[in-house]
Amino acid sequence: MDREAPMQQSLAEPIVAPRSSPEARRRQLREKVIAGIVTAMAFTGIAALVLIIVFVAKEALDLFLDAEARHEASLAKMFTAQPTRPGRPPAYLWQPVSSVPKVSMIPLFIGTLKTTVVSMLVAVPVGVAGALFAAEFAPRRLRELLKPVIELLAGIPSVVLGFFALMVLATFLQDTFGFTYRLNAVVAGLGLALAIVPVIFTVAEDALTSVPRSYREASLALGATPWETAWKVVLPAAAPGILAGCVLGFGRAIGETMIVLMASGNAAIVSASLGDSVRSLSATIAAEMGEVVVGSPHYSLLFFIGVELFVFTFILNMVAATWTKRVLKRLTGGGS
Amino acid sequence: MKHSTRRAVGGALTSLTGLAALLIVGMLAVILLDVFTEGAGHVTWKFLTEAPSDGMMGGGIFPALYGTAALTLLMTLAVMPVGVLTAVYLHEYAPPDSIVARWVRVAIVNLAGVPSIVFGLFGLGFFIHFVGGGLDRVLGYQELHWAQPGILWASLTLAVLTLPVVIVATEEALRAVPLDHRTASLALGATQSQTLVRVVLPGALPGILTGAVLAVSRGAGEVAPILFTGAAYFLPDLPTSLNSQFMHLGYHTYVLATQSPDVEATRPLLYATVLVLLMLTFALNIVAVVIRTRTRRRAANAH
Repeated sequence: MDREAPMQQSLAEPIVAPRSSPEARRRQLREKVIAGIVTAMAFTGIAALVLIIVFVAKEALDLFLDAEARHEASLAKMFTAQPTRPGRPPAYLWQPVSSVPKVSMIPLFIGTLKTTVVSMLVAVPVGVAGALFAAEFAPRRLRELLKPVIELLAGIPSVVLGFFALMVLATFLQDTFGFTYRLNAVVAGLGLALAIVPVIFTVAEDALTSVPRSYREASLALGATPWETAWKVVLPAAAPGILAGCVLGFGRAIGETMIVLMASGNAAIVSASLGDSVRSLSATIAAEMGEVVVGSPHYSLLFFIGVELFVFTFILNMVAATWTKRVLKRLTGGGS
Repeated sequence: MKHSTRRAVGGALTSLTGLAALLIVGMLAVILLDVFTEGAGHVTWKFLTEAPSDGMMGGGIFPALYGTAALTLLMTLAVMPVGVLTAVYLHEYAPPDSIVARWVRVAIVNLAGVPSIVFGLFGLGFFIHFVGGGLDRVLGYQELHWAQPGILWASLTLAVLTLPVVIVATEEALRAVPLDHRTASLALGATQSQTLVRVVLPGALPGILTGAVLAVSRGAGEVAPILFTGAAYFLPDLPTSLNSQFMHLGYHTYVLATQSPDVEATRPLLYATVLVLLMLTFALNIVAVVIRTRTRRRAANAH
């Protein structure tokens, strides 16, 4: 366009560009200022994310810089077995406020893993199957009823789910399965499942419904039954998106705090049993930050756990985002 | 496979997935039924308007209600301008292949996935120690004035947490405003900002309100981020200034459920508090759903 402009001018009478009036210039300036403000605001999202990692990491940095903290909570002490009483084998212990602080993160990792695994074992099949039902088999009326119900479930504050797990689920499960400890990994994991089922359902349902109608019609035209179409055509086509939903749910389960804090028993035990009480990374921050001395090694340690949680969930989110994008690209771009 | 086998397998798969859906609905029903049957009898006018008494064993939840309302109001005031303008940037100003826009989107996706307890740490490290500490030094306070947990810091922490909710909802609302409206306005000689303020934003208002309501319902229920940025265990006085601590429905629920000396005695209070909190968030969610379906229907009719 720019290249053509002089030519057009030469054809007509020589046009002098209208001298912009002061009013018009003021208007232009104002537009620029407004666009600038809007753009600046958009940076707050990036700024917030950067500030979060900077300020959480900053408070954790003492673990590596401060001599006292380095001695009390070195990386070696965080991740290897520590000597206990003389004559006993070294063990993984989280006792940050005892006279000789023991700061092994292994029990916290194990606790987080146990509750997360339990919740995923329940939430993935239920969430994905529910989404498949809503997207493929349910009559329209039923689906339109199902979606707001899931939204309501997603809207329940996690403290209420924690309360429900603590007051109702724990008693019910103990009566049914005879757990030694009333609050344990299974109770917390089931509570967590309630929180992440809506996440998995929503993302999986989105992925399933964005599979083009033509795929289904082609499959049905070839003589496949509706369930064969759903199972062998729609589900594989939506697989990356469904997987993304599961990864997202996994990230939520790792970071969720109140449910685990209330329903897991909060005992940092290294064991394989799901019936034992557990202490998760996030619940440890919540439980101990209130009484910690600001700037102490223990304080830095809790921020270090925060950094770990941030990094875990950051990676999982990026993976999930890439996969959701992939399913959309595969279904809408390229071939069609 | 024989025809009859194929039908049987199909039937089994349909009912299995249906069962999963039923399980989800069933769990919601169980939770609601439990909270409602145990809590409904105790939610009285007195309960809603009195302060807790007898070491949390009696009385009501008024300070917690007030604190939750004040907290979410401050949060909304902080998050709405930033969230709406960010969405406006993404949808109205950013060039289609803008690198800034792409980074903003990545940041929003990740912000939405950061665990809420990490927001609490951020609030403590950034708002309380860095900003609050800086304010105290600049203003010359000898004792801790701003560098301590308070309602302002808690609400700003929640504002960062709910930022993605507002941005996503607003962007969806902007997308629903037909392109014709913008071009018509520009063709009549309006500038881009005039188009934005007089045409686009009014058209997107219902969707923006939906975002606000969703942010409030999310923010009102979050407890982890306010654990150490301002929520108080027991505080019969209402917060009077931006740096005072406050009581909160969700935190009150947590305290009653886990730190009560006599769980059986506080049980009715606990259930009543949970019922109020649950009804509050549900009411907000339902309002959001209603606004959204109305806007969608209007948008569908316009085409």
